[in-house]
Amino acid sequence: MTLRAIGITVRFDQRLILDDVDLSVDDGEIVALLGPSGSGKSTLLRVIAGLLRSESGMIRWDEQDLTALPPHRRQIGLVFQDEQLFPHLDVAGNIGFGLRMAHVPRRRIAERTDELLHLVQLEGFGHRSIHELSGGEAKRVALARALAPSPRVLLLDEPLTGLDRELHDQLVVELAAILRSVGTTAVHVTHDVDEAKAMADRVLTMADLCRERPSA
Amino acid sequence: MDEDRSAIGSVVGPVSPATASEAKAADTEAAAITRSQRHAATLWIAVVPTIFLAVFFGWPLVTMLHRGLAWSAFSSVLGDSGIRSVVWFTAWQAVVSTVATVVLGVWPAYVLARYRFTGRRVLGALLAVPFVLPTVVVGLAFLALLPDTWRRSVPAILVAHVWMNVAVIVRTVGSFVSQLDPGLEDAAATLGASRWKTLRHVVLPLAKGAILGSAAIVFLFCFTSFGIVRILGGPAHPTLEVEIWRRTTQSLDLSTAAALSVIQLVLILGALSIWTWRQRRAANGPVSMRTKTAFRTASSPAESLAVAVTAVVAAAFVLVPVGRLVAQSMQSSRPGNPLAAWQAIVHSDLGASLWASARIAAGAVLVATVMGALASIAIAGNPRAGALLDAGLMLPLGTSAVTIGFGLLITFDHSPIDLRGSWVMLPLGHALVAAPFVVRAVLPTLRGIDPDLRHAASTLGAGPWQVWRNVDLPVLRRALIVGAGFAAAISLGEFGASSFLARSGTETVPLAIARLLGRPSKLNLAEASALATVLMVVIVVILLVLDRQPGAMGQSDFHRRRARPSRLAGTERSR
Repeated sequence: MTLRAIGITVRFDQRLILDDVDLSVDDGEIVALLGPSGSGKSTLLRVIAGLLRSESGMIRWDEQDLTALPPHRRQIGLVFQDEQLFPHLDVAGNIGFGLRMAHVPRRRIAERTDELLHLVQLEGFGHRSIHELSGGEAKRVALARALAPSPRVLLLDEPLTGLDRELHDQLVVELAAILRSVGTTAVHVTHDVDEAKAMADRVLTMADLCRERPSA
Repeated sequence: MDEDRSAIGSVVGPVSPATASEAKAADTEAAAITRSQRHAATLWIAVVPTIFLAVFFGWPLVTMLHRGLAWSAFSSVLGDSGIRSVVWFTAWQAVVSTVATVVLGVWPAYVLARYRFTGRRVLGALLAVPFVLPTVVVGLAFLALLPDTWRRSVPAILVAHVWMNVAVIVRTVGSFVSQLDPGLEDAAATLGASRWKTLRHVVLPLAKGAILGSAAIVFLFCFTSFGIVRILGGPAHPTLEVEIWRRTTQSLDLSTAAALSVIQLVLILGALSIWTWRQRRAANGPVSMRTKTAFRTASSPAESLAVAVTAVVAAAFVLVPVGRLVAQSMQSSRPGNPLAAWQAIVHSDLGASLWASARIAAGAVLVATVMGALASIAIAGNPRAGALLDAGLMLPLGTSAVTIGFGLLITFDHSPIDLRGSWVMLPLGHALVAAPFVVRAVLPTLRGIDPDLRHAASTLGAGPWQVWRNVDLPVLRRALIVGAGFAAAISLGEFGASSFLARSGTETVPLAIARLLGRPSKLNLAEASALATVLMVVIVVILLVLDRQPGAMGQSDFHRRRARPSRLAGTERSR
């Protein structure tokens, strides 16, 4: 099973943000995408998630064409840089959100939520308000929430940017371990070379994505 | 902080329509591109409020223009010297009321915004009370308070106008001052300026935009004042509003009334556009603002005294008329039974007016909240078309309640839609006045929702409807309650439109009060005061509950982690 983005082009204000970009990620593979800010990494993730339409190009999951599907039918998870936790729900409510959308039975949701709280080492945090979480805890909840519905691919949009050095380094190790233990396919966007190397099976730069093109 | 969070502040206080774009100033390019692609899926939602507005506001307006612009009506009105003096009186009393309100309001606004003293929050809430009271209640309170020689006189009208509208100045100017960087005042002090000179030469010039903006609102209220003028002015001092009502209901001269409504509309629009133009020219450049209020404590005995005197006078200013009203409710003609009037309202037909008011308010709340919420969704989702709908919904506020009532009356008294004698006219009229307040309460919260929060939900499998149901709606809950509460308070106190639309069986409390005052006797006055007291208590309780709403979903929590600069208060106002 392979995720493929083929010939993605995005223009904004007459400026080319992505110019005919290709990316392919194999099953269970963790790819890190490196590039300076403004190079279109986040834009590419949003095209893959379906939040943003590209001018041309195609998103495929094996033989299935996802290009026309809205984000909620793609089963592609996204961890936002600023978490975007729901302020009106507690930690458990946030983690169980995707399962509720899929009408999973309540008991199963509770089990799965506990599983994920354990995975991200936040046991007992279920009823905490998200306003009480520290920066690192909020990141873990965001990761657990994205993993809960078992997405085909997990996209991570600079999830560790903006943390202080010590916490950052600790979370890199944890995050890498969690992604490996779950065995999920993931695309991790960052501008930190060390982070990319620590996380990924394969490190690509935005420039690589253009060069993968057969014709060029 | 309490100023900005309060329910009253959200409507009277500064409105900054630009916040949505600002809030996102710092976010990523990818998010910006995503937003630029949001399609107009919400545009169809605008259909319902647009139809509501077109049928119950646009159509009556056109009917009115059609009748009022008939040459015969118009020429006879223009040649009538009596009507010229009505127009003149309407204008000058509004100007005098506005100037007096501004002069009296600026100092307490400054004191409340800058000084820390015991009872500051209570005083702030107290000063907001007169503005939310129904005009009939205010008129009656001053009827009870003022000496006989002042009753039915112009000064009584002016005093009541000032009493009601000081809240607008205190809120708007106070909110501006509390966000003004106190460093500017400290700088003036190091340059040798006394507190008074600092106020005069630094704070006031900077607050000019806020002062002019709030003055425009006060002018609008005083120009279209109906309840106060009808009760305190008597037949000798009609404003345009009262004259329209008199011609319609007493001399049945509908074409003159229509012509007067047109004149009124033109004058309001003219005054507002001149004001907007002047204000734009007067607006200051960027001013150093801060989001956190910096209070100071009085440093000299003279300063403490000034603050204390201001606080006591301001509290007395609000409480004396209110206290007089309650006292009057216990002064019935029957000796030995001070509660006679209270027993009367329970046992007589006056009890029916309480029931009618409750029923009509429930209808108005339902219509205004649904229309306001739908309109807010459409406005937030479609910047360009939305601005048009927003302005359209604000129009009923600018045209005055009397014009709305009159328009509805002359439009729906014959086919195709004949609502004569139907009670639904009242909630519909009230909802027209209340819907813009619902929009003002809901829209900022709706715009404050980060689009990525909805995106997060959709990547977790939520379809468009589920996103609305599980993200937008819970976050909007508090704002919707606030908007509904406002609609209830407005409907309960509404007098202008109701004066035209009420039929037997739909006499609301303000109408019952006015009827009792039409046949003055000691018992009638006491009963009217008792009814007014009930109305006052209900409305104040509603607004207190709204202020105390658990704010878990409030806007300020929402942006807790994303501080952004505040805007100049007065210059951002949309009207």
